[in-house]
Formats: sequence, structure tokens, C-alpha cells
Amino acid sequence: MSKTTPDATRTPPAGDEDLGAAGSQLSTAPEDTLNMPSLGVIGWARWFWRQLTSMRVALLLLLLLSLGAIPGSLIPQSGTDETKVADFRKNNPTLGDLYDKLGLFHVYSSVWFSAIYILLFVSLIGCIIPRTWQFVGQLRGRPPGAPKRLTRLPAYTTWRTETEPEQVREAALALLKKRRFRAHLAGDAVAAEKGYLREVGNLAFHIALIVLLIAFAWGQLFKMEGNKLIVEGGGFSNTLTQYDDFKSGSLFTADDLDPFSFNLKDFQGTYEKSGPNRGTARTFQADVTYSLGAYGKSKKTIIKVNEPLEIGDSKVYLTAHGYAPVITVRDGKGNVVYHDAVPLLPLDANITSSGVVKVMDGYRDPKGARQQLGFEAFFLPTYTPGNEVSSTFPALGNPVLNLAGYYGDLGVDAGVPQSVYQLDKTHLKPFKNGKGQQRENLRPGETMKLPNGAGSITYESTEEWANFQVTRQPGSGWALAGAIAAIFGLAGSLFIQRRRVWVRAVKGDDGITVVEMAGLGRSESAKVPEELGALADTLYDQAPGAPEPDEDPTDTPDPQAVPAERLEK
Amino acid sequence: MTLAAATDLAAATNEHLANLSNTLIYSAMAVYTLAFFAYITEWIFGSRSKIGRTAAALTADPAERKAPAVTVKKGGSTAVLERPKVVVRAAAGQRDVPDGPGAHGGDEQGDLYGRIAVSLTVLAFLIELAGVIARAASVERAPWGNMYEFNITFSTVAVGVYLSLLALKKNVRWMGLFLITSVLLDLGIAVTVLYTASDQLVPALHSYWLYIHVSTAILCGAVFYVGAVTTILYLFKDSYESKLAAGGKPGKFATSFLERLPASSSLDKFSYRVNAAVFPLWTFTIIAGAIWAGDAWGRYWGWDPKETWAFITWVAYACYLHARATAGWKGRKAAYLALIAFGCWLFNYYGVNIFVSGKHSYAGV
Ligand code: HEM
Repeated sequence: MSKTTPDATRTPPAGDEDLGAAGSQLSTAPEDTLNMPSLGVIGWARWFWRQLTSMRVALLLLLLLSLGAIPGSLIPQSGTDETKVADFRKNNPTLGDLYDKLGLFHVYSSVWFSAIYILLFVSLIGCIIPRTWQFVGQLRGRPPGAPKRLTRLPAYTTWRTETEPEQVREAALALLKKRRFRAHLAGDAVAAEKGYLREVGNLAFHIALIVLLIAFAWGQLFKMEGNKLIVEGGGFSNTLTQYDDFKSGSLFTADDLDPFSFNLKDFQGTYEKSGPNRGTARTFQADVTYSLGAYGKSKKTIIKVNEPLEIGDSKVYLTAHGYAPVITVRDGKGNVVYHDAVPLLPLDANITSSGVVKVMDGYRDPKGARQQLGFEAFFLPTYTPGNEVSSTFPALGNPVLNLAGYYGDLGVDAGVPQSVYQLDKTHLKPFKNGKGQQRENLRPGETMKLPNGAGSITYESTEEWANFQVTRQPGSGWALAGAIAAIFGLAGSLFIQRRRVWVRAVKGDDGITVVEMAGLGRSESAKVPEELGALADTLYDQAPGAPEPDEDPTDTPDPQAVPAERLEK
Repeated sequence: MTLAAATDLAAATNEHLANLSNTLIYSAMAVYTLAFFAYITEWIFGSRSKIGRTAAALTADPAERKAPAVTVKKGGSTAVLERPKVVVRAAAGQRDVPDGPGAHGGDEQGDLYGRIAVSLTVLAFLIELAGVIARAASVERAPWGNMYEFNITFSTVAVGVYLSLLALKKNVRWMGLFLITSVLLDLGIAVTVLYTASDQLVPALHSYWLYIHVSTAILCGAVFYVGAVTTILYLFKDSYESKLAAGGKPGKFATSFLERLPASSSLDKFSYRVNAAVFPLWTFTIIAGAIWAGDAWGRYWGWDPKETWAFITWVAYACYLHARATAGWKGRKAAYLALIAFGCWLFNYYGVNIFVSGKHSYAGV
């Protein structure tokens, strides 16, 4: 035991042996022992189990859990940012390999992190079960009888009275019961206890932690998360094939998808027009219509950044937005071979964007041969002359689309999955004019003629697109319930005092009754002596003091006593 | 009046309020500085007294120690006889040391300066509070959209917690100097490094869960901070007492300084209470954050660096509470855990905002 033990009453500390059973069981915390096991497998198993469920090991595991969580916050994680992980691997190949081996790119699903929290929760369960039984036993039993020497308890008071001991004890029993103590008469003293809710709170808190963890694990196994980019006017129905990308927990099946569909009518973004934060987004909102099931009625709603649309168990979030110029491509004869809005990916906060236009079929070159076309598009929603490479404001102020074309084979038929935002130029040749590669800035409505009668490309107008994330996180209700229960349990466990009071009344040699009262709290608190004082005061009225005898009473207060006021901080 | 003119007018008012707020914050800093000097003066005058109560208590022969019995509550005046007295006994193994008298060391002039310091602190607090409110009014939202606002709100709340404890008649005046020193540091960093002109929030920060989450986070931080200051002083006082008890002779400065603080056991208990009292609130803060994350990003928990460090802080404080309940970990070891836990909180605020990028990138620096 260390030198300063402010709450020394949970296991009777050395020097307090005489409290015996009175001081025990004030908490159901397991006792910490480090006894070496007796030989044999069972001996070791039992020793191991006892260690695992001890407070010391719980503490160590908690420490390990917090230490183990640190690397995941400093090293890029594949779960949150795949590209950063890839960058890191490229820049530090050796370190990357090492991290890979240690699972440091996915700390929170790594073997070692799981091992820590699984051990912790085994420990927790192994801790809760015996404590619950022990507590039930305490509730069934009665508060332990008074220790022999009440003077040794943390709070103590005594007086002499002419009232008969039986009467005093009866009055004390009635008083304590009225104050909602569990009290009973044991020998020459009344034993009482209060504050059992502390233990209830503590058990509830630890059980709530288990509920929380199971709910979290359940959510991880059955969750789904998919993204869909939709251009204004476009729609989506909730099937696997419609998603641009889709992630799910290992036990999720496609049947779990909620049947719904929705259309994006309009996207609106507003931005700060002036001041130091010029260009910072103010509002984003998507006007959508949605319907549930195959033939559901369609309803109108607005999805904002913090206000997802909830359909069934799914939530639809607005997560990103950008521009989609409407492009028309014509061949040499003037036939339209491509007409679509092309979503471009934002590169910066002012939505400078880039992307590609792929004309896969239908196009023939001036000689009539089948060919594919590709265009690199670079878009500035607000173009300011002099600043050719980036937009100066996120809204559509002065849109300019920069295009450069290629012809040949896009490589899309090779079967290798290709990004819709990049061109594979291995089999493509640039369109050239006199000065090299042809590259032009277009404004809405303008057309760029391709050289040698190869056709033309027109920038018609600009639409906006929004990205929607559809998620389903089963078990989140349980997680929330667990969390709320944990808070209440915790509050009960930390704010409720569990304490015992004993009142002894015996006749002294001179025929006068000596009343002794003592209080014991689970932790040394100013409340225990205060409460004892109040109880003593009330009891004193019913058993008023008798004049002091000439000589000192035998029960001099303990010399280690300190003033009560010191504790009242 | 055209719409544009109306917006211009509103913008002008806001700018005016923002300037007012800046002036108030600077004034508060000036008054805090005066309070700082008053606290220093209190400590200086206090050093004149030669008390040494701790030494007396620790070196005295136990038999000679008086047993001061104290009446917790006196009954009505009609009682002829004295009411029973409640005697409180220190737990076994605990040093029986009286609390120091506070920074003034019982010196009357010192006490006067201490009172002046507290009055100045109250004044500075009111000015700073007005500054925070003006700032909030100028941006038409709660004042914690960036690190500058977070810092000024944080120090206001920390001083508020200190003054509330004083108002509740808790023995905390000795903390004044340490608290005001760090408040000045906090404000200094705020107005120099972190300053951001007042502006509105990015859409992701528009949610009433934000109000709940951030306001409780600030309150928790302020209370954890008070707990951490006490814990550090506990460690000093505890080694001082150990040294005395072992028959050592601590240095003169240490003696003068530490004699005036409460006993180590009192400091320990106070920091435990403070930390334990906010721990449920901190739990709630994290849950409120998770609910907000659920609304904003489609998942309530995603191991974002900020979330991870909130979790680490939470687990570290849970460690501390467990340590307090485990024999062999009480006292100094538990105190170290409490400091580590507060370190995690600090890192979550400064470290994560500045060094680590995540979804919570609203630092504005
Ligand atoms: C996920 C892991 C755990 C967390 C976050 C946690 C958290 C806490 C907290 C915050 C308290 C303080 C409440 C109070 O003092 O009454 C506490 C108390 C307690 N915990 Fe845990 N705990 C965990 C695991 C465990 C395990 C594995 C055990 C069993 C070995 C355990 C046994 C106890 C006991 C006995 C108390 C009460 C201490 C007392 O009576 O003062 N806990 N726990």
C-alpha cells in the first residue's frame, strides 16, 4: 500500500484489521492478489483466469488499448484514406512493408488491436459475473454487525444518556430506516447501510460497455456504405450495380438493401462573396424526389450536409458536389456522336475541376474508319484572365472549359477496369494544329473544330452534380442505448456514496447508557461525518445527554483523529 | 433600402462587434495581467510568515498530538448540555498533515493582495465573457468555429470554473496564480498565432449537436485543466511531505512555497473529485460527437484522428479511475495517469488540429 491512501476502506488496510467484516464488502471489486499458482494445468488455468479478471490486469489492458489506438491516428489508415496510404507506401517503401506486416495501415481491425480489446472484454465479463453474484448476495444478506471498537472508524461520536439502551437502539433503528438505510439489530448495536445504487450503477456501466461493444461489432459486420454521383436531372435506384463504389461488412448481403430510388432535381451551393474567407461554402443543398419500393409514391425533400434523408434503415447523405459541363461531339459529317453531361472532379476549394470525355463508339474518322475519341477537360467555374490554371471562386462566375482531344483506341475494351476520370493514352494520338497539340478555352455555347475535318466538340452549358453516400449501420440504436446507460451507470457509480452506520447502546458500570455511533464510507468523504452528525443530533433529541462523570470516559477519541473541517473541501 | 444595402449594413454591424470583441479581449488580458501581479504580491508577502505546520505535524511525537474533536453540527441553543461531537479519523497509512493557509501564508497584507487579485480576476472574467459574447454576436453563432474562438471561450470557462469553486467556498484560492498564468498564455497564443477574423461556419459545422458537443468539450477541458493543476501541485507537495517524514530538509523556497498549499492528501482528493465529476460529462461529450458525426458523415464512429484521441483521453481517464480503486496504484502512480490523460486531452486539441489532418479540420490556422 502506498503512503497516501485517501480512500483506504475498500479492503480493510493494514492497521484496520479490527474492522473485520464491517469494513469488507463495501465494494464488489475483486481483490488483487499475486499468489503463484499451485502446480498443474487447472491450477495455472485458474491462476490465469484470476489474473485476467483482476483490477490490475484490467488497468493494464486499458492502458494498452489507449496506447494501441495512438498509431492509427498518426499513420494513414486504409479504411479512411486509401490514397494517402498508397502515397505513404510509395514514399517509404521499407517502412511501408514493415507497417504492412504490423497491420499499422488498418490498426483498428488489426490482430493485435483486436486481441487487446477482446482480452479486455473477456476480462470485463469475467469481472462482472462474479461481482453481480456477490452483490446479489449482499442484497440478500444484512449489513455486517458493528465492529468491536467503533472508535477506530473514520467518523465516530459518543454521549451518555439516561435513556435505556433498548429504547436508544429502537429509536436508532427507526431513525435509520426512516432515512432509507437498510438497518437491523445485531447484538447490542444497530447495523445500517445505504447507497447500494452505487454498485448497481457500476455494474450497469460495465454491462453497458459490453452492449456498446457488441452493437459496434454488429454494425461493423452488417454495415454497408455506397457512393453514387448524380448529375442534376439524373436518378438512382438502390441496387448494387448502380453504385460507383460499394463497401460492406463481411456479413452483409445484397438482399439487405432497402428498396428505394430518388432523383436529383437541383443542387444549390452558396459561397461567401467577400472577406478573408471568400469562397468558403455557406450552404449546400440538394432538392430531390424519392420513392420507397418499386411503385411507391414519390415525395419531395431537401438533403443538406448535416441532414441526411432517412429511408427505411438507410440514410442518404450529401457528401460532395461539382460541375458537369454538357458536351456534344459531332463527327466530320455533323452527326452527333456524343451528348452528355460529364462530371468533373474538383481539385481545390474553388472547384477547379478536371476529367475526361470518352467517345467510345459511333464515331468514324473522315475516311469512314471506326475510331474512338478522348478529351481531357479542365474546368474553371470562375475564370479570371491572368490566372489560367485555377478558378478564383467556387460558384459559376465566368466558366471556362479547356479541352484537348485525342483519337485512336481508348483501351476500354481490353477488359481492364478503367477510371472514368482518366485517359489511357497508350494507343491515342493528340489532335494537332500548326502549333502542336490543339488546346482551346471554350465558354458555354462555343465549339472547338477538330483539325482536318475530324468533327467538333461543343460546350453547351453547365450542370451541377452531387455525390450521395448511402449508408446502413445496423446496431446503432443499441450502441446509443448502451452509451446512455453507461453515462447513467457511471454517474451513479461516481456520485453515490455507499456507507455504513452503526449505533451501539450499552449500559455502563454506573448505570448510565453509553451511546456510540460510527460511520464508514467506501471512500473517505466529508459526507460521512456530516451525515453521522445529523443522525446523532436527531437521536440525541430522543436520548438526551446525561451529565459527564468526573473522570474521563474510557473511549477517548483516537489520537490519530483529525478535524472534520479538513475534509470539507 | 435595397437588399444589398441591408446586407452591407449587417456586415458593418458585425465588423463593429468583432472589433469590440477584440478590444474587450485585449482589455481582459490587461486586467488578468494586473491580477497576475496581485497574486504574485500575495505569494511574496506570504513568504514572510514562517509557518511550517506540515513539518510540525510530521515530526511531532504522536503522543503529543492533540486530538482535536470537532462538532460538525451544533444543536439548538436550548440544549443545556453540549451536543455530541463527531470525531474524524484519518485513514490508516495516510499522513496526518494540516492544510496550508493559502498563498498569503496567514500574512494580513498578503491576504489583502489575494483578495484584490480575486476581485481583478472577477473583473477580467466579466470583460472576457463580454468579449466572447460580442464575438458570438458578430458571427451570429456560438463562439467556437475555429481555434481562436475555442481558446478565448476555453479560458473564460476555466476561470469561470475557478470562480464558481471559490463561490462555493471551496479551498481553491491558492490555485489563482497558476490558473491566471496559463490563461494569459492561452490568450496570448489566441491573439497572436491563432487569430482568425470573425466569419461563419462551413456547412459541415452547422448542427445543434455541435453546440452540445463543443460546449461540453470546453467545459470538460476546463475542469480537467483544474484537476491537472491540482495534480501537479499534489506531486510537489507529496514529495515535500515524504522528504520531511523521512527526516530530510527541503530547500527554503520549496518550504515557503509548499507549506502554504493544502496537504497532499487534500490536493489528491480534490483532483480526484474534479476528474471524477467531469468524467461522465466527457463520456457524454464523446457520445454527442458520435451522434453529430452520424448526421454529418454517415457513420457515428470512424476512427478519425480527433475521434481517436477523444477515445484515448477517455480510456486514459478510465485508467486513472481504475487506478484509484486498485491497491498499489493510488497516490503518485494514479496522479501520473491523470497527467497523462490530461496530456492526451491537450494533444487532441492542439496536436491533432495542427499536426494531423482529418475531417475535423476547422482549425483556421
Ligand atoms: C472497457 C473497459 C473498462 C472501462 C472503460 C472501465 C471503466 C471504469 C470506470 C470509468 C470506473 C469508475 C467508476 C467508479 O469508480 O465507480 C470503473 C470502475 C470499476 N471497474 Fe471498470 N472499466 C473497464 C473494465 C473493467 C474490468 C475488466 C474490470 C474487472 C477486472 C473492472 C472493474 C471495475 C471495478 C471493480 C470498478 C469499481 C471500482 C470501485 O469500486 O471504486 N472494470 N471502471
